[in-house]
Amino acid sequence: MTKAVFSLKDATVTVPNGTTILNDLNLDIYPGDFITVLGTNGAGKSTLFNVISGDLPLTAGSVEHEGQDITQMPAVKRTSFLARVFQDPKLGTAPRMTVAENLLLAEKRGSKRTLKNRQLTNEKLTTYFNLTKTMGNNLEDRLQTATGSLSGGQRQALSFLMATRVKPGLLLLDEHTAALDPKTSDQLMAATNHQVKDNHLTALMITHNLKDALTYGNRLIVLNAGKIVLDVKDEEKDQLSEADLLTYFVH
Amino acid sequence: MSIIVSSISQGILWAVLGVALYLTFRILNFADMTVEGSFPLGASTAVSLIAHGVNPFLATLAALFVGAVAGFITGILYTKGKIPILLAGILVMTACLSINLRIMGSANISLLDQKTIFSVPFLSDLPKYFDGVVLGLIVISLILGFLIWFLQTELGQAFIATGDNPVMAAAFGIKTDRMTIMGLMVSNALIAFGGAVIAQNNGFADINMGIGIIVIALASIIIGEVVFGNLSLNQRLIAVVIGSIIYRLVLLAVLQLGFSTNDLNLISSIILAIAMMLPQVRKYLKLDKVLHLGGKTND
Repeated sequence: MTKAVFSLKDATVTVPNGTTILNDLNLDIYPGDFITVLGTNGAGKSTLFNVISGDLPLTAGSVEHEGQDITQMPAVKRTSFLARVFQDPKLGTAPRMTVAENLLLAEKRGSKRTLKNRQLTNEKLTTYFNLTKTMGNNLEDRLQTATGSLSGGQRQALSFLMATRVKPGLLLLDEHTAALDPKTSDQLMAATNHQVKDNHLTALMITHNLKDALTYGNRLIVLNAGKIVLDVKDEEKDQLSEADLLTYFVH
Repeated sequence: MSIIVSSISQGILWAVLGVALYLTFRILNFADMTVEGSFPLGASTAVSLIAHGVNPFLATLAALFVGAVAGFITGILYTKGKIPILLAGILVMTACLSINLRIMGSANISLLDQKTIFSVPFLSDLPKYFDGVVLGLIVISLILGFLIWFLQTELGQAFIATGDNPVMAAAFGIKTDRMTIMGLMVSNALIAFGGAVIAQNNGFADINMGIGIIVIALASIIIGEVVFGNLSLNQRLIAVVIGSIIYRLVLLAVLQLGFSTNDLNLISSIILAIAMMLPQVRKYLKLDKVLHLGGKTND
């Protein structure tokens, strides 16, 4: 059996008013897993992500990365093996910097930034042109444009490319298509699926779209009241229907 | 003629402040009040050292150092102490008033008959006010060269990203607190350096010389932006220098109208307020199509 790349052990998060958001949650993420995460609002999906990224401390339990306990590791250090795409297109990119500058910045994710020149060479620009072309939304024509003037879809596509520019040990997709119109959303989902498969990425994707959750990924989990109430993979997942899933959505 | 040269020389020397404030005001996106303390701090440090017989170049470099310390304290109060940046700056600015009195031992020190950085032969041979122009150009060129180089480094890009989108910067492993502190240190070091140069140009340091300087520095930034419109980052820094010169010329024109130098702070504030409101007025009156004040646009 392969070793888990990421594990949550008895993860519990209790907020000061006494509410438990994550309740003794256990999750092992294996290399190559593309897990879709479902759950009602308040089920603990975002908390799960924040605990993994290190933005939220655990009240009890532990987080492990490749067998190492990283519960106390600060968020900024975890970026050397973690990448994240946010739901809000505004959060993922630096608006006054160009598309190329953003991509360049992403290449240094989690590593030291020195007083060396940033090296935005013509070769780099060619690489970025070919890379952005794969997203199919004309991003390649806007490499020298400040990201603040891109469309939401282009920004999210860029955020995704930035997050995967350096291959992360785990990619967190936080409803990254939710703010987009249906067509753009489908396009980005398809592109996401391609990239995750082609680059053998390990990813965790929150979604509210049951169809997406069933179509994409090899594994699906449903959260409810801070616990995983369904965890299925491969054939078992393929046999699920939207109606089956809805039965797990209870408050 | 000579008053115009004097204004231009003042504009170039004071441009150091505009360029330094740009780092915090435009890149980190906040108004750093520390500068009203670090400016006289640099001046009093350099002037006191010179009065005690220290080499004026060393004394001017010492100002860079004390300015960085002031910026560091504001940075720690803001990032680690979670004090709002405006208040953190005001705290350090106020503290500097006492520090500056300690350094100088009195409310002002004159540099009469002392050697300053303006005393080197090739500068003192120049006609009146031209020494300020020449030295100012050397100083501002060095600072612009440094900043243009720095902002294109990996670290400089991380600094820009921090001001642009701290959430994204942190998600890519940039230590945003450290970037903010660094920006405040570099900015205030340059402001204090400017204070040292300007005090030597004036021939004295005064405890009150910091009052209102943030308005002057902001005015050069805003005037530069209003006049030149959309520019690349490097061009923007140069626009600040030109903005600073324009500001001095406007001030000169206003003084020629019969206002006294006592009115300077009032006039400075009015000029800045007008410059800052101009984009709104332009939008309201749809002047852009008529005036083309924006100059050439890049993107």
